[in-house]
Amino acid sequence: METKNIMIVGVGGQGTLLASKLLGRLLLGKGYDVKVSEVHGMSQRGGSVVTYVRWGDRVYSPIIDKGQADCILSFEILEAARYTEYVKPGGRIIVNSQQINPMPVIAGAAAYPGNLAEKLSALGIKVDAFDALSLAEEAGSSKAVNLVLMGRLSKHFEFTTEEWMEAIEHSVPPKFLELNKKAFALGQSA
Amino acid sequence: MKTLMLGNEAVARGLYEAGCCFVSSYPGTPSTEITECVAKYEEVYAEWAPNEKVALEAALGASLAGKRSFCAMKHVGLNVAADPLFTISYTGVNAGLIIGVADDAGMHSSQNEQDSRHYAEASKIPMLEPSDSAEALRFAKLAYELSEKFDTAVLIKMCTRVSHSQSVVETGERAEFEQKKYEKNPAKYIMMPANAKRRHPDVEARTLALTQWAEQTDINRIEHGQDASCGIITSSTCYQYVKEAWGDTYPVLKLGMIWPMPQQKIKDFAATVDRLVVVEELDGFIETHCRTLGLSVSGKDLFSNIGELSQNLVKEKLGGEVHTGASLKEDIPARPPVMCAGCPHRSIFYVLKKLNLTVLGDIGCYTLGAVAPLGAIDTTVCMGASVSGLHGFVKAGGEEKEGRSVAVIGDSTFIHSGVTGLINIAYNESNATVIILDNSITGMTGHQQNPTTGYNLKGDPCTKIDLESLCHAVGIKRVRVVDPYDMETCQKVIQEELAAGEPSVIISRRPCALLKYVKHPGPICSDPEKCKGCKACMKIGCPAISMVDGKAKIDATLCVGCGVCEQLCKFDALG
Repeated sequence: METKNIMIVGVGGQGTLLASKLLGRLLLGKGYDVKVSEVHGMSQRGGSVVTYVRWGDRVYSPIIDKGQADCILSFEILEAARYTEYVKPGGRIIVNSQQINPMPVIAGAAAYPGNLAEKLSALGIKVDAFDALSLAEEAGSSKAVNLVLMGRLSKHFEFTTEEWMEAIEHSVPPKFLELNKKAFALGQSA
Repeated sequence: MKTLMLGNEAVARGLYEAGCCFVSSYPGTPSTEITECVAKYEEVYAEWAPNEKVALEAALGASLAGKRSFCAMKHVGLNVAADPLFTISYTGVNAGLIIGVADDAGMHSSQNEQDSRHYAEASKIPMLEPSDSAEALRFAKLAYELSEKFDTAVLIKMCTRVSHSQSVVETGERAEFEQKKYEKNPAKYIMMPANAKRRHPDVEARTLALTQWAEQTDINRIEHGQDASCGIITSSTCYQYVKEAWGDTYPVLKLGMIWPMPQQKIKDFAATVDRLVVVEELDGFIETHCRTLGLSVSGKDLFSNIGELSQNLVKEKLGGEVHTGASLKEDIPARPPVMCAGCPHRSIFYVLKKLNLTVLGDIGCYTLGAVAPLGAIDTTVCMGASVSGLHGFVKAGGEEKEGRSVAVIGDSTFIHSGVTGLINIAYNESNATVIILDNSITGMTGHQQNPTTGYNLKGDPCTKIDLESLCHAVGIKRVRVVDPYDMETCQKVIQEELAAGEPSVIISRRPCALLKYVKHPGPICSDPEKCKGCKACMKIGCPAISMVDGKAKIDATLCVGCGVCEQLCKFDALG
């Protein structure tokens, strides 16, 4: 099969690494060759962060280049807008509609663009924008946005709920397991 | 068992399986996880050393004692360890010794973009370069065999994309390594001129023998292609970009050992293709080698020596077509990294800026004090350069600079190489004021313990260096401790020490806000009735505060309640 590509983007500290760890575990279990590329260090401090998840029969590059992403899973809507050039024709963006102002906006040096979901759709990208933060809070913690988004993403995969649950159990600490499962279910049914 | 591993974790696994017993490193992105992962194996002794030079010398000592040893660092760390490196080339080893070095093309988290491959050639130490996690594991084991067979340390060169990418590895069992006997051997281990002169020809002979090995080994392999109009020599992550872009189209010579390089194998490969192209990141290292063999070759005429490469770049520069997605026709504001909400460094930088001081900075999270709106730092060069630089700055600048400039340096960086600068300040009597930002952890690289924290790499309690006593011991009489959250006192103490007329150290002490044991009071609220929209609270660049409809608004998901902004509000609108 042709290599599939998902970019996970967000703001440092939002939990994007857990999402990629979970996906990697799931895809490896399905027998694919998998590569997951992360960014550590400086950019984790509230900066723009990108993780690449790739799978197929044989995956070479650890990164996704422009025009190659089947899907962008975005934890924040400005971050989705930053990476549109990476989306394939006919590709998809699943995005938490939450707005987190970057420092240039906070400092008044730049403006946060409006109506981003509509603008992304106008580029011909399939956009699924929803309030993942509220669902995460409903599940019990604003930190569970990652599992809400995973739940939403699962609708585009053919994996069973059991397979997802196994990957979740393996990837999150036991004391947060129920909360994370609930967040996943809320994302799945939203 | 098949499993996904980061490249760094795979190196650690390879070390473990090869019977490595001793690891000493200093953290640095993107190398840090090698040491963190290997420390999880009970059979391996692992430690954070104060700096890379100490780490490498400790690893050499362990090798001489007869145990397979290892030492990891980032590219700039190898500069610090370069002194032992060049002479370890002469002493060789007893049990195997591997040095892991991780480059950061693209400077995701570094102050320069140096290419560590030059160190292999310059120090005459062989260097292996894995291109994914499976190779990282395999090469770590192979490196010990090479190290003992050829009596040399072996460098394993990683890069951000190999270190921080997970790919599939097959793990094996640990083979216990039988400790070698240490035998006194002055001619080999005492590198005074008479002995070193006899060792140098051995080093040159070893490089020749390794070159022969490079001709034979399957880690330097030719992959056949359908179209011999172009042949590509590559290594590391660039190999993956070449295969991603071109599949089996062009023949590829994939180098797993980057120094010394084979000669005949490269010439033979070149003879089978019409055009020879080297695809490599940063400098034209392989390309230069090809030229010394008299070959006509393309490389840096196509690919920049600045930043990272990618599959699209490799496709495009070799005549392929690339299709990118649509872009939005409007400015997307940048999202640079910022100091976290509650970061104890923030308020100190606010005070330094308010006092309009020249601030010589250092390496760590606090380098973010350089960006707007704080904008409080004047220089950042390398580990420790704030303290030693300040000495020169005030000596040369005289009285005017003495009362107007400070150095800022973190606790871990101070131990790494700030303390020697402080000794110079005391010894040569410069009227300098050094601020140690003691957040009780090595923050930037992701919370590593260090000699000031009281815990070791394995998490066990250990001797804790007392910074106050250390500063006193080197000859600094004035040592003050402040809480950075108390800005009024900080300002007063900084002013007093600048006016003091002798060297002084101010320790700004409060643990990193992200440490799990730190308990925060919780988010504060803003009162829109009281807020006058004066934006005084915006001057500290806290990501939890923004102006909404002309009033300060607190993001309760980020705010930890440090209280720094409250001290800036004249209208009692925050609290």
